[in-house]
Amino acid sequence: MLTFVTQRLLQSVAVLFAVSIAVFLAVYAVGNPVDLLISPEATQAERAEMIARLGLDRPVWAQYLTFLGNALQGDLGTSFVHGQPALSLILSRIPATFELVVSALLLASIIGIPIGLWVGLNDGSLGARAVMTGSILGYSIPSFWKGMVLILVCAVWLNWLPASGRGDTVTVLGVPFSFLTVDGLRHMAMPVINLAIPNIALMIRLTAAGASESARMDYVKFARAKGVRDTRIVRRHILRNILIPIVTVLGVEFGSLIAFSTITETVFAWPGMGKLLITSIYQLDRPVVVAYVMLVTFIFVTVNLLVDFAYAALDPRVKLSERMS
Amino acid sequence: MTDPRTRKPVLEVEGLQTVFHDLEGAWPAINALDLTIYEGEVLGLVGESGSGKSVAGFSILGLIDTPGEITAGRVLFQGKDLREMDEESLRKLRGADLSMIFQDPLTTLNPVLTIGEQMGEAITEHGQADAEALRRRCIDTLTKVGITSPEERLSQYPHELSGGMRQRVVIAIALLNSPKVIIADEPTTALDVTIQSQIIAEMQRLQHDSGAALIWISHDLGVVAELADRIAVMYAGDIVEIGTTDEVLDRPRHPYTRGLLDSVPGDVPPGEPLRQIEGSAPPLNARPFGCPFHPRCAQATDLCRSSDPAPQGDGAGRIWRCHHPITAQEAA
Ligand SMILES: Nc1ncnc2c1ncn2[C@@H]1O[C@H](COP(=O)(O)OP(=O)(O)O)[C@@H](O)[C@H]1O
Ligand code: SF4
Ligand SMILES: [Mg+2]
Repeated sequence: MLTFVTQRLLQSVAVLFAVSIAVFLAVYAVGNPVDLLISPEATQAERAEMIARLGLDRPVWAQYLTFLGNALQGDLGTSFVHGQPALSLILSRIPATFELVVSALLLASIIGIPIGLWVGLNDGSLGARAVMTGSILGYSIPSFWKGMVLILVCAVWLNWLPASGRGDTVTVLGVPFSFLTVDGLRHMAMPVINLAIPNIALMIRLTAAGASESARMDYVKFARAKGVRDTRIVRRHILRNILIPIVTVLGVEFGSLIAFSTITETVFAWPGMGKLLITSIYQLDRPVVVAYVMLVTFIFVTVNLLVDFAYAALDPRVKLSERMS
Repeated sequence: MTDPRTRKPVLEVEGLQTVFHDLEGAWPAINALDLTIYEGEVLGLVGESGSGKSVAGFSILGLIDTPGEITAGRVLFQGKDLREMDEESLRKLRGADLSMIFQDPLTTLNPVLTIGEQMGEAITEHGQADAEALRRRCIDTLTKVGITSPEERLSQYPHELSGGMRQRVVIAIALLNSPKVIIADEPTTALDVTIQSQIIAEMQRLQHDSGAALIWISHDLGVVAELADRIAVMYAGDIVEIGTTDEVLDRPRHPYTRGLLDSVPGDVPPGEPLRQIEGSAPPLNARPFGCPFHPRCAQATDLCRSSDPAPQGDGAGRIWRCHHPITAQEAA
């Protein structure tokens, strides 16, 4: 187990390094931030002085090492626009995004897994085929369009739900949360649904495919030949097997929802980190963009690491292959 | 051995038919199957691959899934028709009075559940048992089937055991509730030869000790000949011949049985090639008209090509299904 953990940890660190190089090259080496930071009327001497102060006259690798050294100390630069450290700016927006993402995945699991199970076990029935067809729509409709339709219907026409912002929040341990107030929940409803829809579809399809495959396996037939009740067969034999891909995909989806909640946060003016990213891109606030990419990569890598550990815990066969390797 | 037919029947299969549906229609995989199993006997069910042996086994337990369907017949266990029973009563019989051993031990056990759980549920789904009694019963049964350090096995997963060990676990599960009838569907086919003969020997001992009737399904007449009190030969979903092992081996009446016997390695002097039956069993949707064996039968006549022979018997349980059965002189 220990070798497995260290191996995966090293891999994760390697990924972070690779991304840091890519981001550095993309954002710092391509294009010249001086052009943006200094007025076009500045003299040549002023320019040179600025370049030297920012260290831009040094070779690329030296600049990178400085960036890396600072990054390792938790300093990912200071926002041009807000004048505060980019990292803490983003971290202050994380709770809002996490709140959306966790709620969306919870909703997707609560709705998607039971429906998927039913579809998988009623393979080929009319209802099952209808759900499967409907689920294709669920993740092929673009997020911004779904978001706008939701706003149009639920906010503009029916006037049921507020279309933007977090609403009232309650501060727990210094962190504001919306899901603890009725008004906050009403504000969360549409963005959460918007994020959840493709994931509900994904959960349905994943669970259905797993369940119908698992239900055809010999071990299920043998369990029936043993006289095991259907409820137990579904709960222990089938669900236990498909839990492995479900947990894996939920983990991966958690990472990508954090990264891609940008559109939903923008459509619903939800003050999370995705919204901050878009604003920062418009304002050419490079340190924030870099910090965002690094942080999202870090979250992604960490979640994948946790998923791998969960996988090893759920699938007894994984431990064996790792023991043999 | 005493003739099993003098004992009481435990399982009577009458006119059992199972079809598989496809877009073109319903194709019988077993046709009006008649079979009686007597208490404590070993009945060998043989036939080439695809002849309907597994379908017969699953149909007896009512374990046929779409696109398959059991369309006719009765399965009487202790006088009660399994096909008339509600699903819950049938479930209570499965794994208790009637149990089954599958062909491939690598796929029969659930890869993500421990051996202990997979054994334990076979007990708890049929009645109450406290944890310690449960453990004891599992350990005792594992010991009985020749598994070493049984306590440790309970917390292991299937992949930690060899194929032979896994099949022993499956056999142990089938024995847990002291069944009256065990259906063993080619339980050694997937194993290598040395393990195969060990398991056959152990099954023989276990069957003898437990007194359960055993239906041993195999495509290998040689294996069945070692084990069985009686042999039923299947072809294209029909039982084409039944008799005691001696009767069938020494005086086969059906040309197909004869062909199977000729292809058993032990019967041929070393060096001489095995005589295989030409051709192969027909697919479900291309069952030949008349006697289904006629395209492969040397004795086939016009009668065989136009009419399917009805089963005939000697009145003492010997049955064959052929217009031109082999006579005793020919068989000798
Ligand atoms: N699930 C199924 N769907 C369609 N045909 C099947 C199915 N199971 C078995 N059959 C057909 O039924 C016939 C008998 O199969 P089976 O009982 O498995 O033969 P065997 O004697 O080798 O055990 C074969 O022709 C097989 O193709
Ligand atoms: S009925 Fe005719 S074709 Fe069929 S086995 Fe007998 S002799 Fe051969
Ligand atoms: Mg078979």
